[in-house]
Amino acid sequence: MLSEYFGLALRSLRKRKLRSWLTMIGIFIGIAAVVSLISLGQGMQKAITEQFFQLGADKVTVQLKGSRTGPPGSNTDFTLTTKDLDALRRANGVELAAGRLIEQGRLEFNDVERYTFVVSVPEEPELKELIDSIAQVKIIEGRGLKPGDQWKVLIPQSYRDTPKFGGKALRVGDKLRINDQTVDIVGVVKRTGNPFVDNAFQMMEPAMRELFGLPEKYGGLVAQINTNMDLQIVTENIEKVLRKERGFKKGEEDFEVLTADEAFDSFRTILNIVSAVLIGIASISLIVGGVGITNTMFTAVLERKREIGIMKAIGARNSDIVLLFLIEAGLLGLVGGLIGIGLGVGLGKLVEFAAYRAFGESLIKAHFPPLLIVGSLAFSFVLGSLAGALPAYRAGRLPPVEALRE
Amino acid sequence: MKERLKKRTPHSRTRDIIIRLENVWKTYTMGKTKVHALRGLDLTVYRGEFLSIMGPSGSGKSTAMNMIGCLDIPTKGTITLEGKNIAQMSESALAQIRGRKIGFIFQKFNLINTLTAKQNVTLPMIFQNIPREQREQRAAELLALVNLADRMNHRPTELSGGQQQRVAIARALALEPTVILADEPTGNLDSSTGETVMEFLEKLHREKGTTIVLVTHDEHVAAHADRIVSLNDGRIGGRT
Repeated sequence: MLSEYFGLALRSLRKRKLRSWLTMIGIFIGIAAVVSLISLGQGMQKAITEQFFQLGADKVTVQLKGSRTGPPGSNTDFTLTTKDLDALRRANGVELAAGRLIEQGRLEFNDVERYTFVVSVPEEPELKELIDSIAQVKIIEGRGLKPGDQWKVLIPQSYRDTPKFGGKALRVGDKLRINDQTVDIVGVVKRTGNPFVDNAFQMMEPAMRELFGLPEKYGGLVAQINTNMDLQIVTENIEKVLRKERGFKKGEEDFEVLTADEAFDSFRTILNIVSAVLIGIASISLIVGGVGITNTMFTAVLERKREIGIMKAIGARNSDIVLLFLIEAGLLGLVGGLIGIGLGVGLGKLVEFAAYRAFGESLIKAHFPPLLIVGSLAFSFVLGSLAGALPAYRAGRLPPVEALRE
Repeated sequence: MKERLKKRTPHSRTRDIIIRLENVWKTYTMGKTKVHALRGLDLTVYRGEFLSIMGPSGSGKSTAMNMIGCLDIPTKGTITLEGKNIAQMSESALAQIRGRKIGFIFQKFNLINTLTAKQNVTLPMIFQNIPREQREQRAAELLALVNLADRMNHRPTELSGGQQQRVAIARALALEPTVILADEPTGNLDSSTGETVMEFLEKLHREKGTTIVLVTHDEHVAAHADRIVSLNDGRIGGRT
């Protein structure tokens, strides 16, 4: 008999189209917000998880404090230096250590100016390999950098694929100017999904030191550690060595040694807080939507007193009437949810696309697991039914004589 | 009890009692004053009879009809339907009884406007969990019986008053009720359409032996019945 009740409820809703639509607005805005936020949040989490796992459990990075979430090297008061790198190499348990310069550079091409990151590549093949593996460098066009390359650069894929210089994209063989120095493009680095890597131009370290006038500085250090040793102990060793080198007491360091796990955890915490706040806001809109359904259903009960009376006269029990109104309210929620999911998916994809256009990178990817879709649908139906519970109960309790008198 | 016997149908001869109201009182409280709509009503409805309850407005005939139709319970007194006291039953139990035993025909037709004629007729059967196929077939038969086979998929708003009332009659017959309760069934119809409806009820009574209780203030309409009782001041009596 339930299918008949659905049919009856659907007919009642269709009869009052405008009101049904208006009522559903609250629900579909809420559901759309929840779906898009969760999808983007999950997408971001996925992207970040992937990146941090690429870093690997056998590597640690050294950064100056306060630059954890920003690109390393943006802190200019104190810097890491070549001496720190030497110290790092001395720490027990460090097998290999490399440093990287990370600076903002001014690009000029086709009379258009842009700013982006320039990063250095070490000359020693072993260190270059370490850096490349962490940054996941893959050359998809042209060639990689070689020791002795001076005014040669690698460009990120997005600069080849997207016309960023007054309608022109960069190509292998083009010449452009970085900080007023003309350089040749020799290769293109494949997109990795890491926004920092995907926006960085790469140069050999000696050339970059010359170009930026930085004989000693490093933006960040990376160490590969002996996997037979405890990560915690090696980290402590590194901290001890660097404290001594840089002249700090324990607990007052201006630098930090990050393992993949730690870096990931701190990022995830931030992401979770942001998601929680946004979903909180979306929940408020769902509550408002639910109250809207309650309101509409109360009106419907008042308006349809006579109909309720007729149904009771021809044999509808209180529970039948309650069920009918519950289903009607549930359908308002469900249809609102369906539209909301459609909007949410659209919104998620739109943000993904906008992010792609803005950064030229696939930093944000909307991710829609089936559980999210099914869960949202079920939730919206339950929300609607709950919102309709009180009006439905009232409808069921109407004495038939009074209802028929209307 | 003052009543007038017009004629006896074969069905009423057995004097099998369907509904009996004994000393039924219904009191409404309006502010501080108490209004007695029924003051000790005694009434018996026999199986297979066509009974008219007549009375001017305010005589309590609508309240009496609500009692007979199990739409309301009395303040005092007993009502037995086929031997069962319904005076103290819960609303849901009453609903079940209404659905199975009583077919209502109202002055304002009381069809559900969002449903087609056929869907209106199937509705009482839905509430009694009759399987779909059976419902559909029965509804089609009943609409053919009231000469509306060609209007099955029309909505009430697309039908004339007379047609709507015939849909209501079909709906009232859906579950082969023990009694048909008609409350001013011609009240919203012009006299010739009203006459057709009344003739149809009479035919139903004559040919199928359906028990009919008719509530009206119109003597001509009441005259279709076998027996007429008059209600005045909440009890049987007064003029006929």
